[in-house]
Parts: sequence; C-alpha cells; structure tokens
Amino acid sequence: MKYTGTVYTFGDNVNTDEIIPARYLNTTDPTVLGRYCMEDIRPGFGTRAEKGSIIVAGDNFGCGSSREHAPLSLKYAGIACVVAVSFARIFFRNAINIGLPIIESRDISSKAKEGDTLTVDLDTGRAVVGGEEIAIAPFPPFMQKIVEEGGWLPYLLKTTAH
Amino acid sequence: MTLTEKILAKKAGVKSLTPQEFIEIEPDLALSNDITAPITIDEFEKAGGKNVRCPERVFMIPDHFTPNKDILSAEHYRKLKDFAAKHAGVRFFEQGEVGVEHALLPEMGAIRPGMVVIGADSHTCTYGALGAFSTGVGSTDVAGFLLTGKAWLKVPPTVKAVFTGVMGEWMSGKDLILLLIGKIGVSGAQYRAIEFSGPVIDALSVEGRMTMANMAIEAGGKNGVFVPDTKVAEYLKGRTKEKGDYLAPDADAVYERTVTIDVTGLTPVVACPHLPENVKPARDIMNVRIDQVVIGSCTNGRIEDMRVAAKILKGRKVDPNLRCLVLPATPKIYRQALDEGLFQVFLDAHAVISPPTCGPCLGGHMGILAHGERCVSTTNRNFVGRMGHRESEIYLASPAVAAASAVAGRITDPSELMK
Ligand code: SF4
Repeated sequence: MKYTGTVYTFGDNVNTDEIIPARYLNTTDPTVLGRYCMEDIRPGFGTRAEKGSIIVAGDNFGCGSSREHAPLSLKYAGIACVVAVSFARIFFRNAINIGLPIIESRDISSKAKEGDTLTVDLDTGRAVVGGEEIAIAPFPPFMQKIVEEGGWLPYLLKTTAH
Repeated sequence: MTLTEKILAKKAGVKSLTPQEFIEIEPDLALSNDITAPITIDEFEKAGGKNVRCPERVFMIPDHFTPNKDILSAEHYRKLKDFAAKHAGVRFFEQGEVGVEHALLPEMGAIRPGMVVIGADSHTCTYGALGAFSTGVGSTDVAGFLLTGKAWLKVPPTVKAVFTGVMGEWMSGKDLILLLIGKIGVSGAQYRAIEFSGPVIDALSVEGRMTMANMAIEAGGKNGVFVPDTKVAEYLKGRTKEKGDYLAPDADAVYERTVTIDVTGLTPVVACPHLPENVKPARDIMNVRIDQVVIGSCTNGRIEDMRVAAKILKGRKVDPNLRCLVLPATPKIYRQALDEGLFQVFLDAHAVISPPTCGPCLGGHMGILAHGERCVSTTNRNFVGRMGHRESEIYLASPAVAAASAVAGRITDPSELMK
C-alpha cells in the first residue's frame, strides 16, 4: 500500500464534530458525508480536496464521538490516508474497521507543510516529503491481519467460519 | 491486576492480562442508536448476515434525533424498528419508553458489575460507574458482534485518579471529572482506563459516579471504572435479580500513573469553549453573559440532577433574556420529576421541559444555538459547532452552576446566588 498526495494540515484535537457535524448524521450516504467534511473548521473542504489527498494533523485526531461517519466522510472527501501524531482510540478502530489507512508519526507531522507532496509506503515503512525520507512504524501484527483481510468483518468471517 | 484488567481477564478466560495485549472476547451486551445502528445494520447485511448471534444481548436505542426531527431521521428510526421486528429478541424502544441510552440501560438493570459492554456510542463508558468494563466502539464493531458475538479489544494501561479532601457545598461529580480533565487534558488518558478512587469517590452517589465515568472519554479514556461497592448493590436492588460480579483491583496492581486531586476548598467549575480541558472556577468568569441553558443528557439528566436544578430554581425565574431547557433523560425520570413537584418549579421559573432525548446535546434539535450565542450546558462536549452555529459557544458545567446561571443570565457560582 503506497499513497502519494497533496498535504492538508490540521492542528491538535481535531474532533468528530469538526470532521462531520452532527446535523449531517441523519444520513449514512457516504457521498453526502464527504461533501460536508470539515465544514465548520474549513468550509468547502469536502468538495475542494482532490482525490488522493493526505491529511497531516497533530495530537489526538478524531477525538469525540464514535460516529463511523467521520472516517467515511474523510474517505469520500477523497482523503487517501491520515497521518497524525496520535489518534483518538475509537476513531483509530473505526478507520481500521472501514479500511481508511492511518499512520501515527510525529516526524511526518512536524515536517510536512500545507501543499507539500507526501508519499507514504506502508509496505516498506517509509515516507518521503520535501525530498526527505522518514521511517514509519508498522502496525502491530493483529492490526495488520485485519487490514490484510480488508477490515474487521471480513477478518471475523474468515476466522470464525467454522 | 487493575480492575479493568481483572474484568477483561475473567471475560477472556485467562489468568492474567497485561496492557497492550490484543484480545478477542464475547461481550455481554452491545448497544447502538438511531445514528450508529443504521450503519451497523447495513454492514451486517452486506456481510451476508442472516441471524443475529445473541439477539437478547443487543439493544438498539433511538434517542438522538427522537421524536424524529425530520424525514431522514424518521427513516433511520424505521430501519431500527424493522430490524428489531425481524430479529426476535433484539431490544428496540418505542417513544414513551425510550430515553437517553446511557441513563436508560443502568436504570432498567441491564448493567451489572463485572460485565463487558460495547456500544456504538462514545459515552458507553458511563457504565463503569457500576463496576463494568464498558467502552465505545464503532458501528462495524457492533455489526461484528451481531454476526459472531465477538469483539476485539486492546488491553489498556490504567491511570488511577484519586480524589481526597472535603467537598464544598455545591460541588458535584461533574466538577470532579472536569477538574481531572482540566488537569490531565483531553488526551491525558488516551487509550487508557481511568480507575477512580479515594474517600470523595466512596462518598459519592452512583449517579454522581455515572457523570464521572461518562466523561472518561473526554480525557481520551477507553473506559472509566469504579470499584463496585454496597452503593452499587443498593442501586441495583429492585432493578435486576441477577447477581453481578463484584471485582476489585489487586493490592499489587500496576498503574501507569496516579493523579491525586485534593478537593478541599475548591469551588464549582466550568469548561470554557472549545475543549473540555479549558476548566476554570465559575466564580472567575461571572461576567460571561449567556443566551441558553441546557440541563439534561447522559451526563446530567438523572433525577439527582433534576433535584439540584429545582432546588436552585425554586421561587426564582430564569433571566427573561434567556431560554432554559430541561431534559429529563428517561420517561421514568420524567415521571419522578413530575411526581416530586419539580415540573411545577421548572414551569414557574419559565424553563422549558423537553421529552427525553439527546436533542441539543449534539446539536440535533430542541435548542440549537444561533451565530454568536452562548450556552451553559450540563452536557459533555463543547466542541466548535457541537450545539449549532460554528460561531456559538458552549460552557460545560454541573446542574447547580447551570441553574444558577439561568437565573442570573450569566455564568454564576451557585453559592453567590444562594447566599
Ligand atoms: S446525551 Fe449527548 S453525549 Fe449522551 S448519548 Fe446523547 S448525544 Fe451522546
């Protein structure tokens, strides 16, 4: 899994009400959720970010509610993956469960700037931004297995079929 | 082992567990609501789900946008209702029975000490007040539970939060948890369990403990837990016949960190916009004028909260330039408040009484904020745009501070009003 895209930067504690405001939670249509992504903190983001873009953020990304609409909204706003110093835990598991790649990296977060081109290669554990190469930590094996199966449900169905 | 490790080890059927281990377990109960269950149902059906594995352990609670606020919400409501009808045993609650999920489940005796509960709602952590391990997950996690009865968890390290000293008159569980979040920050317990203890906690009611466990997530916590004691046993009497598992942490339990707060001499606090960690004494910001007060939610919509609010509002009127909304969290609390004469007090004070619903807490309906408006709310989140316009502001506080502020028209320490 390798992603190259334009960087959009966000700060610390980006919460799920900011990623997708609750007033849009009366739908589960992912294209609608994508359109209103980050609406209250960066109006128009959901329709402006080009497909394959990468969000680079600070600490505690995705804090707040358990709404799976949040990673879905990012995915359908065209975000290929999210890099942050750390993620809030429910957001973390939701992203894994729905197949939105997320990477914890303090180094990338401190180096990537708005508009940069960032490449992250999960297979080799390397990222490149501004000509600089940065090592990224691999997922724990259990998580890797879930991601390899394409998410929690496929993994579960495969491992508990008998 | 800490209390969280002990509950999880028992459920996983192993002698011991250490933090960061991944486990696959079979939770005792899984809940979802009118926002999260529609995705759960879609995922369940997309994965070819035919029968729900343990329907009697599944609760689908339509509490967020109910009574349905628009056509789309009504369609979601319908989806839950149809699913429950199709899968006998799955619990769905019609209007008149439904309340805010985290007030409703403990009230009906569905939660007992030692249980492992997952919920597609972040405030599922509330049930730690009863000595259960309970944590918020996503809709897909609940779909996995419907399919197989299983869930995955990573064993969290535990932060111990000890409260000592003497509580001042208008201090409450809400002030204690806000003080903790103010001290450790919104990511201070990220991925961690918070085990609450100390003499102040021992003396606190089960309801006050629910308020605290509820906001463990606002410190980034996976769960918040209290050692179940005689108060919990007393609370459960008449609610359930089943005996809980009253576990306690080992004397040699390993805590990642211990945070101690001495409450002696402290006064009620408020969390200022736009993060729950921006905590200040209410008396330091008494010049902040407000447009709305909300008293309710899974944090502070229980009968104890209604009583405190009524105590302050009795014989007074809310400021004529402000709306004060009271939302008893469940039909039972609603009736109890009515029977105790609290509605009389609220109506005389010109407060508005709403049916049980999440409503304004998540900016759903029943009290949305306009551009530039400020609200004192007993809810749990004050994020940008949470209750309405992105340029509105939310100040989180206890029912006592909220009611006093409603009367004064500005943020107020109850002791100032009641002296
Ligand atoms: S009252 Fe608020 S925080 Fe509690 S479940 Fe409802 S929306 Fe969530």
